[in-house]
Amino acid sequence: MTITTLLLLAVGLALAGWLAARARAWSFQKADGARRLAARPQYHAWFVALWIILPVLLFIGLWSVISPQLVTQSVLASPAGQALPDFDLERTKLLNEARAVAEGSAIGVFNEGARPLIEPYRDALSRYQFIGLALTVIIALLAGMQAFLRLKPDFAARTKVEKIVMSVLILASLVAILTTLGIVVSLVFETFRFFEKISPIDFLFGTEWGPDPIASADNPDPSRYGAIPLFWGTIYIGAIIAMIVAIPLGLMSAIYLTQYASPKWRSWLKPTLEILAGVPTVVYGYFAALTVAPFIRDIARAAGVENASSESALAAGLVMGVMIIPFVSSMADDSIAAVPQSMRDGSLAMGATTSETIRRVLVPAALPGIVAGIMLAISRAIGETMIVVMAAGAAANLTANPLETMTTVTYQIVALLTGEGSFDHPATLAAFALGFVLFLVTLGLNFIALRVVKRFREAYE
Amino acid sequence: MVTRIHQNMEVRDAKMQARDVSVYYESKRAIDNVSIDIPNKLVTAFIGPSGCGKSTFLRTLNRMNDTIPSARVDGEITLDGENIYSPKIDVVQLRARVGMVFQKPNPFPKSIYENVAYGPRIHGFAEKKDDMDAVVEHSLKRAGLWEEVKDRLSDSGTALSGGQQQRLCIARAIAVDPEVILMDEPCSALDPIATAKIEELINDLADNYAIVIVTHSMQQAARVSQRTAFFHLGQMVEYGPTSDIFTNPLETRTKDYITGRYG
Ligand SMILES: Nc1ncnc2c1ncn2[C@@H]1O[C@H](COP(=O)(O)OP(=O)(O)OP(=O)(O)O)[C@@H](O)[C@H]1O
Ligand SMILES: [Mg+2]
Repeated sequence: MTITTLLLLAVGLALAGWLAARARAWSFQKADGARRLAARPQYHAWFVALWIILPVLLFIGLWSVISPQLVTQSVLASPAGQALPDFDLERTKLLNEARAVAEGSAIGVFNEGARPLIEPYRDALSRYQFIGLALTVIIALLAGMQAFLRLKPDFAARTKVEKIVMSVLILASLVAILTTLGIVVSLVFETFRFFEKISPIDFLFGTEWGPDPIASADNPDPSRYGAIPLFWGTIYIGAIIAMIVAIPLGLMSAIYLTQYASPKWRSWLKPTLEILAGVPTVVYGYFAALTVAPFIRDIARAAGVENASSESALAAGLVMGVMIIPFVSSMADDSIAAVPQSMRDGSLAMGATTSETIRRVLVPAALPGIVAGIMLAISRAIGETMIVVMAAGAAANLTANPLETMTTVTYQIVALLTGEGSFDHPATLAAFALGFVLFLVTLGLNFIALRVVKRFREAYE
Repeated sequence: MVTRIHQNMEVRDAKMQARDVSVYYESKRAIDNVSIDIPNKLVTAFIGPSGCGKSTFLRTLNRMNDTIPSARVDGEITLDGENIYSPKIDVVQLRARVGMVFQKPNPFPKSIYENVAYGPRIHGFAEKKDDMDAVVEHSLKRAGLWEEVKDRLSDSGTALSGGQQQRLCIARAIAVDPEVILMDEPCSALDPIATAKIEELINDLADNYAIVIVTHSMQQAARVSQRTAFFHLGQMVEYGPTSDIFTNPLETRTKDYITGRYG
């Protein structure tokens, strides 16, 4: 709540700065009618407004992290705080209760012990709220004043504003990159902890999977941590079965849409196809588990496979393939449509048929986009969890029989993290190692795809 | 109105004949009742202001208008006396016999070799590698490009200069051994030197093929063609020997256009 107030305040101050700066720029113009300003008044206004809002936002960000700790510290320093029990959990619980009451988000306390803390909390909260408010105003005024004083008729406000905006954009892109890095680092860290207990050799090359979260954490049985069946299951379902479905269907629909469909039909069909990508994966999961899997089982039984189970790699893979058709077709569609009409005309004028033109000219020219779409689809399929959870089963089978149950890396990550092992048990840590290797595999796939595309691309520019 | 035909034209056997051809886009008429004989082994130039229908008419000659859904062609066009719009004609065979070169060079993003081999491969002309090599070499030689590219046949066709690309497109067109070559402003994207090369090439090719060229350059029409047809607003206004059209036009519209007073 206080943060919202501060934000509103910041916007208000920035607005005031904006108006003031614009008025100032206008006054230059009036006083100095003959000469033109170096930048339009709006840019002067934005210059000051940005100078106010950015430092204030930075401060608010920092403040929202620091101030709760300052509050807690001052409460602990109060006589009631000194009297708190030493035991960490107890203490935190009482503090939290008191804070909730002081902030108004709870009506009363359960523990009598928290009651004396409420007053100090209230005091500290209002004190720090006031300090935050005051600092916000001071910072806004200082930053605004120094920006305002720099305004002159020949001040190049536009270039300055653009520089500021550009640095904000750079920061925004850094956030994404840093987040990725952070994720990778934490994965690596946990993965190393896992490899301290189970050797990477056993993990990467073992063919038995069956971690036991109940077994002692100190000397786990490395022979139960072989990840090969999982990776096999992942690749078999996501990159083989699903792709056998998705690549031909996706490509063919892209070719139909760009080359044969009438514009009207196309304007209907393309969005419809793309809706497939918007269906939540759980829904695909139902479909796989309740419709496709039993259907496959019945067919298999009818064909004489006695022990066909109702969960199968085939069911999960087929449905997953359908799910990623739009990824393949939409990228292929865009890149085929982007091949210049002159290529098509050139080929047709040589006496090539439409289908020869597609096969020999359009698809090769669109290949980079098509491959990129397929890679995207494979990454998507490999990372997919829900369908596998519902339709493929949990048993780690190292087999090529699509009718058997199989499990994937993502499924096991979920199972391990929600399992009963404690957090530093190798059975839990294995989840991070799996995630890390999966990440490397996807990265490798993308890398290879880029190389392949570069090598075979037929650039038409 | 009727086309004014110069009467002093030397009689030649017509490779293609158009009779009362009209072309419509949706319901808009882009070509109005055009009749013309395209002589064999000569260069015929189509001139006329922008939008008058030169490209549209040119494309009827190898049925490239079929690729435009809204286009409709009326009338009769024959190649060696056979109606090319009759259902018996396979458009694939027709386009192998009537080749086309476009305004902007449009080599495929494949190697130089594959660009030239494209047509023969589709039409099954050369089955063996040796035969194909011979076809490619022959076509590139005829297009005057062989000396420049013989050491880098595997480079991409798109890596050539604009003029070289256009000659590659001509080589590609002659690789299927057509009887007629249609060229739609083949030099408009090229510099004078590349243009001169192409014009020389057109001269040579006329020994064997019937050539139709659309051009906006009067000098070019005068330099390369023996026959000229002047189009205006979808109609063919005047048709005759190039020298007569330029020195002695029958219609004032023709005269205004070629002297630059059009507009
Ligand atoms: N695909 C098309 N759809 C609808 N109308 C078209 C199409 N192509 C051409 N037209 C119309 O037909 C008329 C003749 O066009 P065309 O391209 O044949 O002219 P042109 O003589 O080749 O002109 P330019 O010298 O500028 O190339 C124009 O009015 C044009 O707008
Ligand atoms: Mg044209």
